[in-house]
Amino acid sequence: MFPQKRRTRVLAVAAATTVLALTAACSGGGGGSQEANDDGEPAGSLTVLTWRTDLVEDGTFDDYVEQFKAKYPEVTDVKVEGITDYEGEVKTRMSTDDYGDVLAIPGSVTPDQYADFFEPLGTQEEIGAEYQWINDKSFEGQSYGIPVVGNVQGYVYNKRVWEEAGVTEFPDTPEAFLDALQKIKDHGVEVAPLYTNYKDGWPLSQWDGWLGAVTADPDWKNEIVESDTPWTADSDYGVVDGLIYQAVADGLTEADPTTTNWEESKRLLGTGQVATMVLGSWAIPQMQAAAEAAGEDPADIAYAPTPVKVDGTFHSVAGGDYNLGINVHSKNKATARAWIDWFNHESGFSESQAGLSPIIDGPVPAALEGFVSEVELITLNPAPEGKEALFGDIDKASGIVTTDPKFRQQTIDDARSGARTIEQIFDDLNAKWAEGRASVA
Amino acid sequence: MTTAPSGLTGPMTAAAQQSDAVRTPRKPRGGAGRGTAWYRRLTPYYFLLVPVGLLLLLTYVPVLNMFWYSVTDWDGLDKTKNFVGLENFVDVFTEPANVRVFVVSLYYVVGSFVQMALALYFATILSFKVRFTNLWKGILFFPYLINGVAIGLIFLNFLKPGGGLDTVLMAAGLESLIQQWTGDPDVANYSLAAVSVWRYMGLNFVMFLGAIQSINAEIYEAAEIDGASRWQQFWHIILPSIRPIVGLSFILAISGALSVFEIPYVMTGGANGTETFVIRTIWTGFERSMVGLASAMAVVLLLIVLVITWIQRKVVPDEEVDLA
Repeated sequence: MFPQKRRTRVLAVAAATTVLALTAACSGGGGGSQEANDDGEPAGSLTVLTWRTDLVEDGTFDDYVEQFKAKYPEVTDVKVEGITDYEGEVKTRMSTDDYGDVLAIPGSVTPDQYADFFEPLGTQEEIGAEYQWINDKSFEGQSYGIPVVGNVQGYVYNKRVWEEAGVTEFPDTPEAFLDALQKIKDHGVEVAPLYTNYKDGWPLSQWDGWLGAVTADPDWKNEIVESDTPWTADSDYGVVDGLIYQAVADGLTEADPTTTNWEESKRLLGTGQVATMVLGSWAIPQMQAAAEAAGEDPADIAYAPTPVKVDGTFHSVAGGDYNLGINVHSKNKATARAWIDWFNHESGFSESQAGLSPIIDGPVPAALEGFVSEVELITLNPAPEGKEALFGDIDKASGIVTTDPKFRQQTIDDARSGARTIEQIFDDLNAKWAEGRASVA
Repeated sequence: MTTAPSGLTGPMTAAAQQSDAVRTPRKPRGGAGRGTAWYRRLTPYYFLLVPVGLLLLLTYVPVLNMFWYSVTDWDGLDKTKNFVGLENFVDVFTEPANVRVFVVSLYYVVGSFVQMALALYFATILSFKVRFTNLWKGILFFPYLINGVAIGLIFLNFLKPGGGLDTVLMAAGLESLIQQWTGDPDVANYSLAAVSVWRYMGLNFVMFLGAIQSINAEIYEAAEIDGASRWQQFWHIILPSIRPIVGLSFILAISGALSVFEIPYVMTGGANGTETFVIRTIWTGFERSMVGLASAMAVVLLLIVLVITWIQRKVVPDEEVDLA
């Protein structure tokens, strides 16, 4: 043999292997070890992706896994992956086949893409007989996701601070809401009557929960895709964004919005330095925990509906939080399905989160009993067939991107500097929306 | 005279021939003499295989992909990517929001001039005899070693109302100067540009100092004998000697100002009128889900930087750049 030659060959192979190994290290990871199990009894191993990293860390998910395995002894392993930047990371992972077996459907997946990535769970009618709020993640009669918990929408406030300022009734108009905030400010509040969480941004998108409740119209979303002017003085968007503008212009929000801090804001509400934040009902347990940690009474944290009455009653849009779906590439779909059903029926997750159960006529948690008895819940109607993706397409093409807080941050900037009046902002948004509609049509 | 060289070369040639003669018979014994030599010549390329492979895999393939995405309407998720031609590139320049962000870059361009002036000032001072030279060098260079995200977080707390800067101003009796450093839209971009200057000044400083120290000490000595002042030494010796480095810093400063990202992204997230081109690109790709348009923006940024570099090369031809 020729030592020289053989050595170079070995070197070449070694080099190529190194490159391959490095590549493989990047794309490798879970998913390879599961045995195929497409139908039949739940067995084998399962990977679950979750956005609740806090529940992974404090061991809640370990309990869930224990209980699930106790019910299905054939299941060998359930691996729970908590992901901090859930939306961003899962979206990137979805360009591969490896994104767990059970996962929450990221918000940026459009309805016409569901079938590419998720296993149909059943027809909308089948699933709808058992679960509520499934319209959102359905396409062409098939359901791809089931919500884990239902939220109601309104605002979370510190009852003690509100009562000390002399506000005991829920404000029933946007003006009354601003008056209440003004009273709280006059009575003295350390940071602000209303905290926007402008810096973190996403809490500004929580105001979208009021859309639909303002006009008590379950079809508001289907109507604005047909309209060139979603922002008017009394439309859903107009009332919400107008209220934000006015509150900021009146100085009812924090002085420097660019330095807000979400984690800090929970403590501020608990201690009464902040009186109000607009968030879905999912925030209640977190706020209560923060109040308790700060040495305050968690019972001070209360929840109120959108400050608009239609026909003499408050309304609130009830809807699903994240929806669990099954990876279409999963090798263990039967077990994945068992996990989703078990999670909704037996885990007790929705009650522990002070949320409504996704099961029809499921239990109402104690924290929301008062709210539910006073407020009429609305469920938004699904988009008409063939127009499921229309709202998202217009939203994107218009450049407004209502799912992102940027346009609302701009509104707050303008309210602070007075650079534009609310009418100018609405005209600009309407013009962009109309342009988006024209380019999509 | 003519024989001497040949006489000298004679034995060498002979020796060379002899060694060849010694080597040649060995080759046929191997049976693949040419093959061995051929493989031997390839050896360096095997060593290159790993770095070049990684470079191709992690840099060139993604960049080529980006060029491809920039002519599609891909949303980052869809299984199909439709070809849309140059539509995205038209959008980059016709959407007013995309053009407006270039104005923000001007703050950083101005900031980078301040930064170069400061760096040159400190480098010149420290090139003369100063006490604790190494300590000052360390202090000035240190910010560059800190991760950009960490710097963003440090200054977030330093500049927030009631934070470090306000406390210092209050202690100094300068309450009247206190502002919302990131909250006031008229001040925010200056604050962020100043943070950027704080961070990158150290790099410029070290580059200038290195260039200054490579100047022959005898020149200073001669200048001092001739009675040149420190200012004259700077103007007539130091500055001309380091011109190529100043030119290089200039390109880095302009392209850096266009691609500012970490500090404003961490500190304000681009809100309150501090959005830069790269922040907008990220937003377009990941929040607006228009990866095609975002790729086009990235391509445009790449081209702008290339053009600026080319212009700079034409305008300021560098006679003796040995570092570029």
